Amino acid sequence: MATAAETARQGETETIRRRWLLSAPALIIIFVAAVGPLFVMLAYSFMARGDYGDVKFGQFSLDGWFSVFFQRDVFDDTVTLAEAHLSILWRSLRLSLITTVLTVILGFPTAYFIATRPRHTREIWVFLVTIPFWTNLLIRTFAMQQVIRNEGVINTLLRALGIIDQPLQIMYTDWAILFGMVYVYLPLMVLPLYASMEKLDFRLIEAGYDLYAGRLSVLWRIVIPLVKPGVIAGSILVFIPSLGAYVIPRVLGGGKNLMLGNLIEMQFGSGRNWPLGAAISITLMVLVMVALLFYVRNASKSGAQHG
Amino acid sequence: MNWKTGAATAAMAILAFTGSAAAEGELNIFNWGDYTNPELIKKFEAAHNVKVTVTDYDSNDTALAKVRAGGHGFDIVVPSANYVPIWVKEGLLLEARPDQMENFKNVDERWVNVHWDEGRHYTVPWQWGLSGIGVNSKVYGGDINTSAIFLDPPAELVGKINVEPEMTDVLFATIKYFGGEWCTEDKELLKKVRDKLVEAKPKWLAMDYSVTEKLPAGDYAAVYYWNGAILRSRIKNPDIKFGYPKEGYPIFMDSVAILKDAKNPENAKLFMNFIMDPENAALISAFAKYSNGIKGSDAFLPADMKDAPELTVPAEFEKAGQFLTTCSPETSALYTRIWTDINK
Repeated sequence: MATAAETARQGETETIRRRWLLSAPALIIIFVAAVGPLFVMLAYSFMARGDYGDVKFGQFSLDGWFSVFFQRDVFDDTVTLAEAHLSILWRSLRLSLITTVLTVILGFPTAYFIATRPRHTREIWVFLVTIPFWTNLLIRTFAMQQVIRNEGVINTLLRALGIIDQPLQIMYTDWAILFGMVYVYLPLMVLPLYASMEKLDFRLIEAGYDLYAGRLSVLWRIVIPLVKPGVIAGSILVFIPSLGAYVIPRVLGGGKNLMLGNLIEMQFGSGRNWPLGAAISITLMVLVMVALLFYVRNASKSGAQHG
Repeated sequence: MNWKTGAATAAMAILAFTGSAAAEGELNIFNWGDYTNPELIKKFEAAHNVKVTVTDYDSNDTALAKVRAGGHGFDIVVPSANYVPIWVKEGLLLEARPDQMENFKNVDERWVNVHWDEGRHYTVPWQWGLSGIGVNSKVYGGDINTSAIFLDPPAELVGKINVEPEMTDVLFATIKYFGGEWCTEDKELLKKVRDKLVEAKPKWLAMDYSVTEKLPAGDYAAVYYWNGAILRSRIKNPDIKFGYPKEGYPIFMDSVAILKDAKNPENAKLFMNFIMDPENAALISAFAKYSNGIKGSDAFLPADMKDAPELTVPAEFEKAGQFLTTCSPETSALYTRIWTDINK
């Protein structure tokens, strides 16, 4: 006869088995569609490049990885650090970080505003925030061209008002990319921020005021620590797609101000260097993973403090 | 919606899809963007009861990469002359023998025995043109018959120039600018070429397409671009002037070819024959504003193309034009490395 402990253990393994079975469809899709291709990429990054794109199968080569970080001069074969790649990496990191900070600055008051509305009107505000998602990203990016180009809305308006007499060159600059990314990714910041602010117990804020805390002090010591999970979730949602942005720098940056996404695309297209493209893709992924780990560790620490 | 109506709708959608696919023949054309006249497609569809789909690409390398990757589903591709030998060598093209087709007699003799396809066993002329200079004369009034417009730009044009992102055309003009020959492997000269392009690039605004829209609108003040697109810009904005780089400019021809793994090779052959008809060839040119290689099509061309300065090379600049040829793989690899250096 089984003891009570044994029955319990059996029940437990039963539950565990059922959990695995239930999650199997999702896991299979993830492994086949996401992890599988990653191994293909990894394999490609260690092969020799083909003459007109593609790779030479079975020919091991470290050239792809070498070229991610170093470059050999076309003419005298001296090896230097691949400053071009580093400067593109730096541009991507810089623009993504600025985008994240700007979306926090713009998204925080927006989310706070929505969270402090009466319950039945909040839904309408959230609904309004999601409206841009109805239109395809590509179309919105091209629409933005019409706003910032030399004969576009902003320049026409500023000239009509007599503020400038020469059009401001916004198109094809880093500013245009930044403008586009902030616009596109802002809802991804507002929504998680709102989700955590909605749960905020506003009595704590009142208590803060009762204990003679100033407005800033309430914000820094009560509101921000409590909605930190929302800020972190929003930052992840904004930072990661920004780092790999392709369409926005392509359309608004004019094909000259490359970001990592464009650099990768170039290797698979006119650069005809698939191993390098694969190696850069993996580098980008590692970067994202490091950033994520950093965020998650930070988040769990703060969770322990405030939970 | 309950599951029954849902299932019914799905079933009908599937029926509708398979129905249209099975209706008649199909033809999938893979061509440069903004290059195919919709009227031409409509006329072909009506004449042969074939459903045509056109997909765009933006450079020879993109097209080559996509087709090599397989699973593309295209029947027809339109590579430039200097890329045709690569397509043939890589075994991607069908030897469709257009030279035995009924309308082949209309092809201009100049375009029959071409270096990329001797006797035209694979390809049929689509359009030909050249890369030149387009400048908004309101911004800059000086001499524009020189590559210096984009390599050593005058102060008025700095930061307002768009250069086509096609490696061979840009390198050709720059090599010629320093007096070299196309396909040269002279390292000293190529170093000058690279250094000049690296120096000039920050003075450009973009390396992009959509010139036909942005040059007339004033977003660009100068371009190094293909003549047909500059003609289209000038029709929209008469201030746009065309210049022939006296140091040397590249001539291209894009030709229609059938892919070896085409699913509709017969329809593709019909299309080849169709576009060698002068009236249809004129339709191609009427849209993208480049010359075609078909005799007798001039009579059908729209008025704005006749005697256009962009299409009529003045005698003094005729010698400067040269056809882009395919360099050896080693030279190509060297050029690609220079190009990557510039594009970083």
